[in-house]
Amino acid sequence: MRQTRAIELGTGLFVLLGFAALFFLVTQVTSREFGLGQGGYRLTASFDQVGGLKPGAPVSMSGVTIGRVESIAYDFGEYRAQVTLRIEPEFDRIPDDSDASILTAGLLGGQYVGIGPGGSETFFKDGDRIQFTQSAIVLENLISKFLFSKAAEQQPADGAAQEPKP
Amino acid sequence: MNLVGEFREGIAGSLRALGRYAIFFARLVAETPRALLRFGLVVEQVHNAGALSLVIIMLSGLFVGMVLGLQGFDLLERFGSEESLGTAAALGLLKELGPVVTALLFAGRAGTALASELGLMRATDQLSALEMMAVDPVRRVVLPRFLGGVISMPLLAAIFSLIGLFGAQLVGVQLMGVDQGQFWSQMRGAVEPGDVMEGVLKSAVFGVACSLVAVYEGYHAVPTAEGVGRATTRTVVISSVSVLLLDYMLTAVML
Repeated sequence: MRQTRAIELGTGLFVLLGFAALFFLVTQVTSREFGLGQGGYRLTASFDQVGGLKPGAPVSMSGVTIGRVESIAYDFGEYRAQVTLRIEPEFDRIPDDSDASILTAGLLGGQYVGIGPGGSETFFKDGDRIQFTQSAIVLENLISKFLFSKAAEQQPADGAAQEPKP
Repeated sequence: MNLVGEFREGIAGSLRALGRYAIFFARLVAETPRALLRFGLVVEQVHNAGALSLVIIMLSGLFVGMVLGLQGFDLLERFGSEESLGTAAALGLLKELGPVVTALLFAGRAGTALASELGLMRATDQLSALEMMAVDPVRRVVLPRFLGGVISMPLLAAIFSLIGLFGAQLVGVQLMGVDQGQFWSQMRGAVEPGDVMEGVLKSAVFGVACSLVAVYEGYHAVPTAEGVGRATTRTVVISSVSVLLLDYMLTAVML
């Protein structure tokens, strides 16, 4: 009897430890906060290019996380990406002419939405739309822009053999 | 001609072995609901396979995590992004090292114990004695051991990953000077609940594979001293290889 109890105790302890480890891994190591997403209010914003933005990415103002990206959809009405943001209820005084831009945290970090406050006296409400947006920067576009501007600089220096610029 | 015949024989033999495994597995699955009614037997085996493996799992997890901290830091430092160490360690442990190393250790620690125990039962005619008393040895002896292993493995893997993470944190933060806040916050930003679930799913599959191999080899051991020894060896070899094979297939499917 004593033996059985010791075995049961040991097993119980092991199972408890296992589930505690699992619980810790799910809640502490991952980003998804449970219970979040019920409160707060929604804002939408349209971007030409969302880059690597993913649902669950933080929305931040001056580096303070004020909400999360809820969903990303494609809007065929205006042929742009429509991003829905969920803002925590305590951040309810964001001027309604604020702008949203998609930024990258660090060199290898993930992308997030940064909100820059405007100067309006009225604030965003649930369901509002952010008018001023700046898209994610696509590295290839940046490089091609740089190369084209370099080429344009070089052309006159190459001599008069080239056809004249329009 | 003789060579071709031998080759054909070998192929047929492997196929037959695979078939026997499948039939045995199907039988275990079919009997599982009834075995769960006598839960005390399963609890005892969870103790044998899980609780007694705890020390080796925790110790290995700590050292694997610490090595991961060292190697990860050395590699990430070259790109100037040593803050990502937490992410690298967490993903590596949760998705690969946790389930795989735990399964290999489990095969060595618990699988061999299972196989030799069942093999000795076979060699000393204990299994036949049970049959004489109209007790089904598969239901009474084999199945609780199988289920104990299946239940233990995901829990062991979770403990392994957690301890490993703290090992990586120990080396990365205390020894190498990675910022503690960055270590955890970058990890939280990059790791998703799906990654944890991937690890749990993998370890559950490995648990089934390792336990099945151990009980099959033990139950079907040749009833001699040599046969039991051989069954134990085969358990480790087959479990290890099948774990690595399954790992590749699962990763390819889930990635």
